Amino acid sequence: MLSAVTMVSALVPLGALVAAVVVLLVEAFPAIRYDGWGFLTGSAWRPGNYYGAPVRTGGVLHPVGAAYGALPLVLGTLESSAIAVVVAFPVAVGAAVLVVEKLPSRVAGAVGFCLEVLAGIPSVVIGLWGVLSFGPWLARDVYPVLTHLPNVPPLDIFHGPVGAGEGLLTSGLVLAVMIIPIIAATTRDLLRQVPEATKEGADALGMTHAEAFRTVQVRWVRTGVLGALVLGLGRALGETIALALVSGTVLSSATNIYGTMTTVAATIVSLLDSAQTDPTGLAVRALAEAALVLLVITIAVNIGARLLVRRSARGAALPIGAGF
Amino acid sequence: MPDGPGPSGGATLVVARRRRIADRLWWAACVVSLLLVVAPVVWVVAGVVQRAVSGWHWSVLTTISTGVGGGLANAIAGTFVLLAGVGVLAGLVGLGCGVYLAEIARPSWRTTVLRSASEVLSGVPSIVLGYVGYEGLVVGLHWGFSLLAGLIVLSVLVVPYVAKSTEIALGQVPLGYREGGEALGMTRSYVLRRVALRSAVPGIATGVIIALAISVGETAPLLYTAGWTNSYPTAHLLHAPVGYLTYATYTFYDDPYPAVRALSYDAALLLVFLVVGLIASSRLVVHLSQRYAPDRALGAGRRSRRPLPAGAAAAGRAAEGAPSL
Repeated sequence: MLSAVTMVSALVPLGALVAAVVVLLVEAFPAIRYDGWGFLTGSAWRPGNYYGAPVRTGGVLHPVGAAYGALPLVLGTLESSAIAVVVAFPVAVGAAVLVVEKLPSRVAGAVGFCLEVLAGIPSVVIGLWGVLSFGPWLARDVYPVLTHLPNVPPLDIFHGPVGAGEGLLTSGLVLAVMIIPIIAATTRDLLRQVPEATKEGADALGMTHAEAFRTVQVRWVRTGVLGALVLGLGRALGETIALALVSGTVLSSATNIYGTMTTVAATIVSLLDSAQTDPTGLAVRALAEAALVLLVITIAVNIGARLLVRRSARGAALPIGAGF
Repeated sequence: MPDGPGPSGGATLVVARRRRIADRLWWAACVVSLLLVVAPVVWVVAGVVQRAVSGWHWSVLTTISTGVGGGLANAIAGTFVLLAGVGVLAGLVGLGCGVYLAEIARPSWRTTVLRSASEVLSGVPSIVLGYVGYEGLVVGLHWGFSLLAGLIVLSVLVVPYVAKSTEIALGQVPLGYREGGEALGMTRSYVLRRVALRSAVPGIATGVIIALAISVGETAPLLYTAGWTNSYPTAHLLHAPVGYLTYATYTFYDDPYPAVRALSYDAALLLVFLVVGLIASSRLVVHLSQRYAPDRALGAGRRSRRPLPAGAAAAGRAAEGAPSL
């Protein structure tokens, strides 16, 4: 009896995943048939003329002029997440190193609590902070300074109109704030497990801490930290509400690094309401297609992260040290 | 290493100084990183507190929202109802799932698939689950915006965290307990219920508290399943939308009425309080459970309460709090 009940419970996650995929596929199928590959390559999200008479093309009823291209959405998702990972990685690892190596345990506990709080703060609150405090401060005090960087690649990406604080760079920085706890907590736990003997060996050889870190700790934690990084990437790719507030949510790609853009998740959450007014229902189905694309991307990234992390948890990174 | 003047001494001095400077730069970078990690937390919390407190009035907790002002009583009640529901639903399902995978099922490719499905589910964006809930439950089953739809979507979202915590907690039950039970002639089921689960309760409770903390902060899935209403939650599970605090924060912040904008900040403050309270209570649970842990001395207790390395520590999203527990 107990085993039957618990087996049903164990099937719930798998069932939910399958149900999600099935519902999305069924819902998106007409849109997939209508949009074809142009969904992934088209750069204009056009719902068409809702008020005219609908037309039938290839068996799908749609408003005149409907053409759904999700490229700006996908690009915005990838770009903002890339910025987030690039910014969060050194900051999180550096903070974790300091916590493990130098801080007394009580301060380390307080920092750990800060990390937990940051991880737990609802994303809508962080988005609110981004749109009311962080974004305007960046646009007023930080971005104008960045535009004075030398006009040579790659620094020339910082040139251009600065905007009002809602845009690609702000979104990337807000996402970085949200994924730092994931990376920092994992790095801290991994660094704590590096055997003392190897660190003492590096010390005995006269290495400075920077050199010891590069030769000893990096080898031990490299795969695990990479896994945490990819997990943080997965979180950034799926983040919805904070980016709906901070990205500007315009259906086009950013013109420069400060430009307004949107992501797949932010688009779904902001357009689902108005998509109901499409009499043919194609707008809602196009959003289902977008959700399907997002699901595929995040599942792929997630599986990659789990494989990486499992590989590091199973065996030591170096054969040396197994004898200690 | 020769440090003084001489044929190679000068070059060595330069190298030694360069290495020292590199080391100082490295530590400086680490300190800057720590400041960059702590500053946003302080800034967000301080900003929320400052905005909410400047216009605070206690009637926010007792009046319902009216579209042009009022309070947050309906949203608070809705959040608590959702919390209770998720605690029960996700708690039971996650407990069952964790117990099955850790204790009852024999390890095979089937348990690997189920466990992987749970981990993949924890990485699915909440808006995708919200959309599926909308199309499947609200529209497909004609439930309309309803408490049950919101509960189901939220519970599905957090079940992986409860399941994982249960599995880890059961895995950390000392082998001696189980062997002692067997030696006394207990059946496996009796050992599971009376011995293993009893000592796994702190870990399971922590998992449930983390699940509650995550569901408190979710907006996107509830927007299209629970809807919004200005009235208190009713006993109707279907066809009646429910209010919740994250909606107020998300939608009211750019309202033309200043009173409504103030409600958005007040809701943010309440959310931060709720989340910090939940995190603190999870730490309290761990602390209380350690008082009677068998091998507390010699630091072995610390080792036994830290979850498995990397694999468990990298459990996505807000459960990043879990690794330090």
